Amino acid sequence: MTATTTSGRTQPLMYRLPVISHFRKSVGLQRGMLVTGLVLTVAFLLTTALAPLIAPYGFAQLSDASGTFPAQAPPSATHLWGTTVGGYDVFSRVIWGAQTAAVVIVVAVAMSIFLGVALGLLSGYFGGWLDRTLVVIADAIYAFPSLLLAIVMSIVINHGQSSFWGGIIACSISISVVFVPQYFRVIRAETIRLKAEPYVEAAKVVGASSIRIMGRHIFKNATRTLPLIFTLNASEAILTLAGLGFLGFGIEPSSAAEWGFDLNKALADASSGIWWTGVFPGTAIVLTVLGLTLVGESMNDLNDPRLRGRKKAGSKKAPAAGPAPTAGVQGAPEAESSSS
Amino acid sequence: MTTLIEAPPSDADGLLPSKKKSSGGGLGTYILVRFFLIIPTIFILVTMVFFLMRVIGDPITAAQGGRLPPEALAQRIHDAGYDRPILVQYLEYVGQVATGNFGTTITDRRPVVEMLATFGAATLELAINALIVALIVGIPLGLIAAYKRDKVPDAVLRFFAILCYATPVFFAGLLMKLTFSIWLGWLPVAGRASTRTELAMGTLAAPTGIYWLDALRSGNMAAFGDVAAHSVLPAVTLGLLTAGVFLRLVRTNVIGTLGKDYVEAGRSRGVSNFRLVTKHAYKPALIPIITVMGLQIALLLGGAVLTETTFEWKGLGYQLVQYLNSRDFVAVQGIVVLLAVIVAITNFIVDVVAALIDPRVRY
Repeated sequence: MTATTTSGRTQPLMYRLPVISHFRKSVGLQRGMLVTGLVLTVAFLLTTALAPLIAPYGFAQLSDASGTFPAQAPPSATHLWGTTVGGYDVFSRVIWGAQTAAVVIVVAVAMSIFLGVALGLLSGYFGGWLDRTLVVIADAIYAFPSLLLAIVMSIVINHGQSSFWGGIIACSISISVVFVPQYFRVIRAETIRLKAEPYVEAAKVVGASSIRIMGRHIFKNATRTLPLIFTLNASEAILTLAGLGFLGFGIEPSSAAEWGFDLNKALADASSGIWWTGVFPGTAIVLTVLGLTLVGESMNDLNDPRLRGRKKAGSKKAPAAGPAPTAGVQGAPEAESSSS
Repeated sequence: MTTLIEAPPSDADGLLPSKKKSSGGGLGTYILVRFFLIIPTIFILVTMVFFLMRVIGDPITAAQGGRLPPEALAQRIHDAGYDRPILVQYLEYVGQVATGNFGTTITDRRPVVEMLATFGAATLELAINALIVALIVGIPLGLIAAYKRDKVPDAVLRFFAILCYATPVFFAGLLMKLTFSIWLGWLPVAGRASTRTELAMGTLAAPTGIYWLDALRSGNMAAFGDVAAHSVLPAVTLGLLTAGVFLRLVRTNVIGTLGKDYVEAGRSRGVSNFRLVTKHAYKPALIPIITVMGLQIALLLGGAVLTETTFEWKGLGYQLVQYLNSRDFVAVQGIVVLLAVIVAITNFIVDVVAALIDPRVRY
């Protein structure tokens, strides 16, 4: 939320930073949700950064100094969370899996933002047939089950499975195909709104080029809601990645640890009562998605004065945002300037 | 398309033809225009899927490359017409799809339409079961959350809704399997019915493919019980995913209508809070709920792929993964196109229903 600067107030920079300003605005249940989300997200980020230190073994390691790892061994002192059917250490793979998830989120969302923002700006600013075509295509993609689209894309890109970076790129592209229409919509709607603003008209009169108007005048104002969508989409990216992995269209186990793939393998274990191969990676997905969703939801609620809980006694908290991740976004811009 | 109801502002520049006719257009015109808007949606998806699939190569090489000698492969490619220019093939495919001919699968050589009918019935059954679970769980809980707003039950239910979203369906399915099939031993692990039941139902003339219907028709109560037991876990797994969405939706909308003047008027006349929620606030809140419910079909179908794989429920999603793994892209194309058509038609129906209920939707 770089846009907080538009409030024109001279609060210390620290209080204007996204998460901190949200925290100061929050109260009661909302603060609880935000804090829970932040704790989970920070835990996820720490795991990602410190994976080499935390994980006792490599994600594809099958033996150590004392010999080959046993297959499907229950949790014990040497293998905290047991081992998989292939003899991998479950704990290590869950920890390394955080890294894979984080890389995919960053690459996928970065690609989607870049493409979505560029197309949204062009489409909204120029309008005409370009706009019409892009909107129809975006709507068609948007209406389609996102996981199916991701599956088709991943098959097209890497014919199934591949190496670490190959797999990461393929997964990220598959996921961004789903996300681009979302960013496109938000940015396009904002651009159309901003195009009619006096300052854009003024820039035109002065003779600024289209590129300059889009790049300088519209871009900065149209993208202020992006950090919010980023948080909400990050959780969706993890779920899509895990879904792809679960169906077997993800990254090979020897190239990277991936939670969804491990769950796929755990499915057969479950029938024979082996729980540790599935429960741990699954819980990792749930906690990560939960953390990111709670942060995103809270930020969404706090950005909208109508949804924000008041500090006054006896005040009511307003309804949560709609089910679609981007639903509440439109209320966000005007909320920025009204910090409490 | 769907933006019409979800986010009218995004079409603020009058992109949809229906809006341009706002001055005079009646319900009939609206439905007609909306109907014709399905066609470009489906067309774009068919085109996209076709070309994406062909990026990999022709379907026969993809499915059987390396298994057949090169001459035989070339012969089969020639016979199937895959050596012609791609544009010719594309036009032919579009023509075939328009007349309902999806070709023949490469791996098991079945007409795609027949394959779609067989597995579509299974997916339909799963989707209906899941929808029932979602409604039974989501709506009452949403009402409770709205009624107890900002109290402990509301906080718990909201957390539950987020948890439903955060749990991947296949992990939820795995946990249910572990708990109810393995440890407690109450329910079967996977499949749609046990072999004996499937044999018993196989003797039926003109089976519908929807198992509980077939079991009822066969009059065999043991078979029906067996089918029901198999349906529980997949239905609950997929249903809970959607239930979370419904819960939040009902809560948000009921709270929204609770703030309206007429509800306030009812309260001042002494109508009880419970009655206000269940009678006064609930019904107007239904319109957005029905709309979004229809839009959940995409989520439900995506979830069905994962649920079917988790429970070896032999429907379209399960089969899609099988065909993808054996690189049978004719079959994959068929399934994907069918799903696209279902989504587009559902969105159309949702828009029409919303227009019938609420005249304001038509602008």
